[in-house]
Amino acid sequence: MENKLLSIKNLKVNVEENEILKGLNLEISKGEVHIIMGPNGSGKSTLAYTLMGHPKYEIVDGTIEFDGELINDLKADERAKRGIFLSFQYPEEIPGVTVEDFLRTAKASTTGKIQGIMAFKKLLKEKMELLEMKEEYASRYLNLGFSGGEKKKNEILQMSILEPKLAILDETDSGLDVDAIRIVAEGVKRIKDESKSILVITHYNKLLDFLEPDYIHILLNGKIVKTGGMELAKEIDEEGYENIKLRFAKV
Amino acid sequence: MGRKKTYIEDIDRGIYDIRNEFTYKYKADKGLTPEIIKDISREKNEPKWMTDFRLKSLEIYNSMPIPTWGPDLSDLNMDEIVTYIRPDTEMKHSWDDVPEEIKKTFQLLGLPQAERESLAGVGAQYDSEVVYHNIRKELVDQGVVYMDMETALIEYEDIVREYFMTLVPPTAHKFAALHGAVWSGGSFVYVPEGVDVDIPLQSYFRLNAPGAGQFEHTLIIVEKGSRLHFIEGCSAPKYKVNNLHAGCVELFVKENATLRYSTIENWSKNMYNLNTKRAVVDKNGTIEWISGSFGSKVSMLYPMSILRGEGARSEFTGITFASKGQHLDTGTKVVHAAPYTTSTVNSKSISKDGGYAFYRGLLKVAPNAYGCKSTVSCESLMLDNESKSDTLPIIELNNDDIDIGHEAKIGRISDEAIFYLMSRGISEEEAKAMIVRGFVEPITKELPLEYAVELNNLINIELEGTIG
Repeated sequence: MENKLLSIKNLKVNVEENEILKGLNLEISKGEVHIIMGPNGSGKSTLAYTLMGHPKYEIVDGTIEFDGELINDLKADERAKRGIFLSFQYPEEIPGVTVEDFLRTAKASTTGKIQGIMAFKKLLKEKMELLEMKEEYASRYLNLGFSGGEKKKNEILQMSILEPKLAILDETDSGLDVDAIRIVAEGVKRIKDESKSILVITHYNKLLDFLEPDYIHILLNGKIVKTGGMELAKEIDEEGYENIKLRFAKV
Repeated sequence: MGRKKTYIEDIDRGIYDIRNEFTYKYKADKGLTPEIIKDISREKNEPKWMTDFRLKSLEIYNSMPIPTWGPDLSDLNMDEIVTYIRPDTEMKHSWDDVPEEIKKTFQLLGLPQAERESLAGVGAQYDSEVVYHNIRKELVDQGVVYMDMETALIEYEDIVREYFMTLVPPTAHKFAALHGAVWSGGSFVYVPEGVDVDIPLQSYFRLNAPGAGQFEHTLIIVEKGSRLHFIEGCSAPKYKVNNLHAGCVELFVKENATLRYSTIENWSKNMYNLNTKRAVVDKNGTIEWISGSFGSKVSMLYPMSILRGEGARSEFTGITFASKGQHLDTGTKVVHAAPYTTSTVNSKSISKDGGYAFYRGLLKVAPNAYGCKSTVSCESLMLDNESKSDTLPIIELNNDDIDIGHEAKIGRISDEAIFYLMSRGISEEEAKAMIVRGFVEPITKELPLEYAVELNNLINIELEGTIG
């Protein structure tokens, strides 16, 4: 059991008084890649935000344990320090704060170690090259005026700098062209190769071929209704969510 | 686990609120009479025209009402304000000669270091009179004059008489009249034709007596083709009595000259800061204002640029930070009085803990001022639901041949942006500070390095506190 990283039990979450997650269970071990698929409105993003600790998502029941610690009441920054990372579907734009300054502050904060300016510059440059990002992005304001694809790449850049234990990717593949998907997927794969755990939330299966997931879960109406391997993704591809919904309507 | 509201309370303002024990040579009676005015003038050995000017201003002061169109000034008791206090020290020209006690306060404010490092001259006003003044020799050799107003009135009487309170006449408003009657201290700068002063000149002043008003006068004349950057900084300690600051700044920018006037004002939070600043700009001249308003209980500050020569230019960059119990009414006025004049206004305000930041602006274009261009942008950031922000830009156009752009944005700090930064391990407090610093970044990047650092420090001091 010491291999267990994330353990969610009977999680019920309200957003503005509406119950969105209705008793969700999920376990992720170290080094595993999990995919959560589901139609719009099934609660995918709610799960991502709840795991990261967004104050708008109210846990009304259940537990979230990370690395053996109950984290239900921890704020987002505390969760980040413990190794949780969320790649946002719609990353915020922060005017006046450069990518480099922001990331150096974040790295110092998550590691508790002061980041020397020159050493950090070097690290940032290396990671940016891997993601085929131009050097000038380091001095641009965080996400300001970035295209959809640039924002997603920037999320992956942050992930590769912060080196979390668990990376949650919320619709990271949406809105990307083929080249960007490849670059992003390679970035995620590098994390995977370092035996980090990955939770991909998506309603497509664009990233799947690159990631070779260990488990695929189907999320419907606030619960995981089915867990399986790659064959499950094919099923969804062929049948569509509507048929799956019908099949689980009685569950 | 419901969402809790977050408050950031003010903490002790540390070194900015340090106050010394004081001893006085002279202290005026409470309340204003012609006798007090004459005493002040006699004490200073002023020429008769200045005594008369003061008395005339007092008459105007007594005949004018307290303005009611802006913030509430009803708590301001003029009779309680001691108008003239002079510290127990004569003018000093070497740092070593400045009394220990005064030096200590200045040292805590970082003054001597700043001077040593890159500033050309220092004029520091302690209470009402300048106690320390120094200017680098190479500037003196070029004919640059930088001294306190009292000395200038004696040594450069003709120049002072020609310009003094012609741009801000005592009739401008009640507090300008008060200033004319009781002004004391301040800086005088004269830059002769064709001189490029390549290092910023800096003056630092603060209030240090309970109930003392401060009425310093700054007069700067930049002759044809010259260039100057003047920096004025204020920081005052905290007292229980309401304090009044009614300073006056008059800037004369001649043909092809450029003047950049930067201030970061940081008043204690019981201060009424009713300051009047104006610049008049001749043909192809440029005035650049950088104005930071921190602290004070009430501020009414609208630096004005009068573009009277063809092709004259003004640029205003302002930042205002209103916190608990503060009403800061700030903005800028631009008068396009000649053809092909251009103006840019970039104002940012931040309010938190129930603070009120009000942008009040005037853009006026004269009938003959064709071919003018003006761009105005004001942005307000509120850090919580208790704080307020308003924008009142008044535009008065008297011809059609003008190009005007105006943009105003008022917004609350985004919870989503805070969450985004927090999700990267940054604390809530630091996330807010980061967003605020980013918001004012277009302004800090315009400042000389040591001032940018000070501005960021002030922002951090304003933001710091407990979260709960």
